[in-house]
Amino acid sequence: MRKTVNQKAWFFVLPVFVLVAFNAAIPLMTVINYSFQETFGDNVFFWEGTRWFKQILQSDRFHGALGRQFLFTFIILIIQVPLGIAIALSMPKKGMGVSVCLVLMSMPLLIPWNVVGAMWNIFALPEIGFLGHSINALGIDYNYTQQPLAAWFTTILMDVWHWTSLVVLLSYAGLCAIPDAYYQAAKIDGASRWSIFRHIELPKMNKVLTIAILLRFMDSFMIYTEPFVLTGGGPGNTTAFLSIDLVKMALGQFDLGPAAAMSLIYFFIVLLICWVFYNLMMRHEEQS
Amino acid sequence: MSKISLNNLSHSYLDQQNNDQDWALRDIDLEWSNGGAYALLGPSGCGKTTLLNIISGLLRPTKGEVFFDEKKITHLSPVERNIAQIFQFPVIYDTMTVFDNLAFPLRNRGFSEDKIKARVKEIAEMLDLSQTLYNRASGLTADGKQKISLGRGLVRSDVNVIMFDEPLTVIDPHLKWILKSKLKELHQEINRTMIYVTHDQTEALTFADQVVVMHEGQLVQKGTPVELFEKPKHTFVGHFIGSPGMNILSCELINGKANFSGAAIEIENKPISHKTYSKTQIGIRPEFVSFSNTGIAVKVLKVNDAGRHKIIDIECDGGKLKMISSVATTIPSGTAYVKFNSKYTYVYGDDWIVGK
Amino acid sequence: MSLELKNVKKKIGAETHIYSTDLKFEKNTINILLGSTLSGKTTLMQIMAGLDKPTSGEIWFNEKNVTGVSVQKRNVSMVYQQFINYPNFTVFENIASPLKIVSISSNEIKNRVGKVAELLKLTDMFNKKPHELSGGQKQRTALARALVKDSGLILLDEPLANLDFKLREELREELPRLFENRDCIVVYATTEPMDALLIGGNTATLHEGKIIQYGKTVDVYNKPNNVISAKVFNDPPINTTKVIKKDKTFSIENNSISWQCQSNLGALADGHYTIGIRPHSITPYKQTENSVQINGKVLIAELSGSESIIHFQSGNIKWVSLSTGIHPLKVGAEAELHMDVNQFLYFDKNNKLINHV
Repeated sequence: MRKTVNQKAWFFVLPVFVLVAFNAAIPLMTVINYSFQETFGDNVFFWEGTRWFKQILQSDRFHGALGRQFLFTFIILIIQVPLGIAIALSMPKKGMGVSVCLVLMSMPLLIPWNVVGAMWNIFALPEIGFLGHSINALGIDYNYTQQPLAAWFTTILMDVWHWTSLVVLLSYAGLCAIPDAYYQAAKIDGASRWSIFRHIELPKMNKVLTIAILLRFMDSFMIYTEPFVLTGGGPGNTTAFLSIDLVKMALGQFDLGPAAAMSLIYFFIVLLICWVFYNLMMRHEEQS
Repeated sequence: MSKISLNNLSHSYLDQQNNDQDWALRDIDLEWSNGGAYALLGPSGCGKTTLLNIISGLLRPTKGEVFFDEKKITHLSPVERNIAQIFQFPVIYDTMTVFDNLAFPLRNRGFSEDKIKARVKEIAEMLDLSQTLYNRASGLTADGKQKISLGRGLVRSDVNVIMFDEPLTVIDPHLKWILKSKLKELHQEINRTMIYVTHDQTEALTFADQVVVMHEGQLVQKGTPVELFEKPKHTFVGHFIGSPGMNILSCELINGKANFSGAAIEIENKPISHKTYSKTQIGIRPEFVSFSNTGIAVKVLKVNDAGRHKIIDIECDGGKLKMISSVATTIPSGTAYVKFNSKYTYVYGDDWIVGK
Repeated sequence: MSLELKNVKKKIGAETHIYSTDLKFEKNTINILLGSTLSGKTTLMQIMAGLDKPTSGEIWFNEKNVTGVSVQKRNVSMVYQQFINYPNFTVFENIASPLKIVSISSNEIKNRVGKVAELLKLTDMFNKKPHELSGGQKQRTALARALVKDSGLILLDEPLANLDFKLREELREELPRLFENRDCIVVYATTEPMDALLIGGNTATLHEGKIIQYGKTVDVYNKPNNVISAKVFNDPPINTTKVIKKDKTFSIENNSISWQCQSNLGALADGHYTIGIRPHSITPYKQTENSVQINGKVLIAELSGSESIIHFQSGNIKWVSLSTGIHPLKVGAEAELHMDVNQFLYFDKNNKLINHV
């Protein structure tokens, strides 16, 4: 049934609009302002044009952070999406087990992000952390505060622990929406379990998975709190992702101009990828 | 193809059963021979879908056995039983073309691509799907999708029985008519055992050679459409079949003869003299009531023009009745008289037909 | 009291959903909108109710222009195909819900709910919630809720479509009784011609957003003003084919079937016409003296307990015949059937009905 058009609805949006304008639009304007200027404090500004943008886009430091960020996001998606789907597939659909599983899956999502970082910080410590100590006891030399590989491993493990549940819950919702008749028909057609997954479950979970991937992409691309509390970007800058690097520049070095330019570039990259996603989704809608 | 036998089948969805209401199916005994068209007819909740799912293997019965020919198959899965089932709403594999959808069951069973191509083309021809064979299945209309579901069942030549679970539910009314006739035509052509579950008597009676009427989990009567129409053994069958259903009104049994509206009525069945009933009723279908010069005095209440015939509401001392007359019949004004065709007039004691 | 649509049109984007429509419904009438799915019935009903605005045109209710007046300000009730009830209210609370919005004393509410519930046989169900009810009971509750408001306009959008066959029959029979003595206008949308015939009243046949014909149901059925109206109003579908008239004889193209013109049809110009023959005009036995024989090969034989539907082919034309009684014609065999010429409908080159005495 078509919804009727009611112009009065805009008034309901007005308060939120004002709030967003205050909290987001105005700061954004400020950042854009800074990105074209230079300041040494005391509210004195000099016009620099596109100097900061050129500087950032050509800096090795930026390329490094960007590269690390893409690698991180890529690994996260590769692990979390299939793992999330697999867990969702093995969750029961009826009975007592359903509530138990849903609660277990929700728990990691409820923990404040800096607490997550702090938890893993201690958990992975090579001497006193349960994980750190166990890995070292197996004979592997593991110290995330000093080894880049160990730092990456720990950061990724932490993120998988923290966020896979989101993919699980979304996939589970998508799976539950598939009517029984599809499974019955596939059984009758003699389809194998893999066939059922490939031809029924995966296509029917399409929309839900697109949202899950989009959310995970955005969140992992903008990740700050957890890796900051866990490694602080170290050792050195091996786990300094884009946002960590940006904050170092803006608050640490007080290079407002370049920091503003970098954040705008950051913003546009995220926008671009979301736009690509959106178009893919729309094209898929049209096709079906 | 197989003979299907159901022995003492009962099923409950609950773990414990305390009374009759807890059973979805009770004591079903049925035997269906090879190649026929059968229908399970009954109102929502009567257990027909449960019975269908037990025959197809999607459900294990709480009690009783299912046999295909002489082989007990109660615990076999649907794949092992070689059945095909078409559901209420079209089930297709969205990402595949119509061709791949039809080929899917054969590919799963390891047939060669050449054989598959030939078979799929044959079935597509039968179902008028040849034009859209290489289109994406998700782009077809509801009736096209149901045909694909049907095709997936037909494409396997080793299928024992094809089952339909209210397959025309989501189809447009004017396409329903075409698909309904198509199913009948198909059965005439390929002669495989087909079981059709529905609450719509038009669908059941025009499709099946034998209809099983169900009510509250039990089998009430089974017979050909003509038998069910001309001699319903239970008032439920009389009421449920026929549009409008049978007129069922109270009567008295005096000395083994039926007395209705103050007059003795000729009936077809003969009551057993020593049996007494708490409730006796007379049943006569509207098609078998006609105007005459003498008989039961009635008042004509309303005449409904149903296009192909007239449905007339009448009232007499014994109660309200409906009768069906041809369009050409003149309706008498004032008091009129009707008579019942005695060959189709029956007496029911406690809802079951008395005597033989 | 009357409901009038003046030149109502509805366009969505580039698509026209409703073409220029003029309709007038009088008080105390049941008006049936008959058409296939997507013919525009629901769109038209939503415009009548005030749930949607027409792209152009006006709606007048009780001599007042109500175009653009939202449905909350109109006195309208609507019943849908899906059984719509408040899931958390009991049956009593559901029926009483429209009255609670207006300030009416609780005694008065009890009174009115009681009356309507009795009409719909729901008095024993007052304390049940919708999920405990059967389909038929849910729809009765929705109907009761629509009636208790005593609205001037009651709209029913295929209310029986989701019900079992037998329940549909029962409720359909009760409908006219529910609406008498209410001083309201009832509009009922359906895809089933039988609904229209058995409910009676007036019928408007719709096809692809246009009203083809509007009038008393019996008239629209017996005298469809063009081929489309005839096709919409028939189940099983009406047989149509081309005929040629020469001198005083009609004959079916490419076939050896012919018959004499009756009454004033002889005065028509020679040429091509279209003929509509309802399935029940073709039977395996002679219905009247004025019948013409047709031979054909039986394709499908659908025998229900009381009727026989025979699909057969004569020459290149496929026909459907519907007769009372069981006629077990063998599939593949040649059969002899008779068509009642008195019941033929003739249409001219523009598909308009040719009236003949």
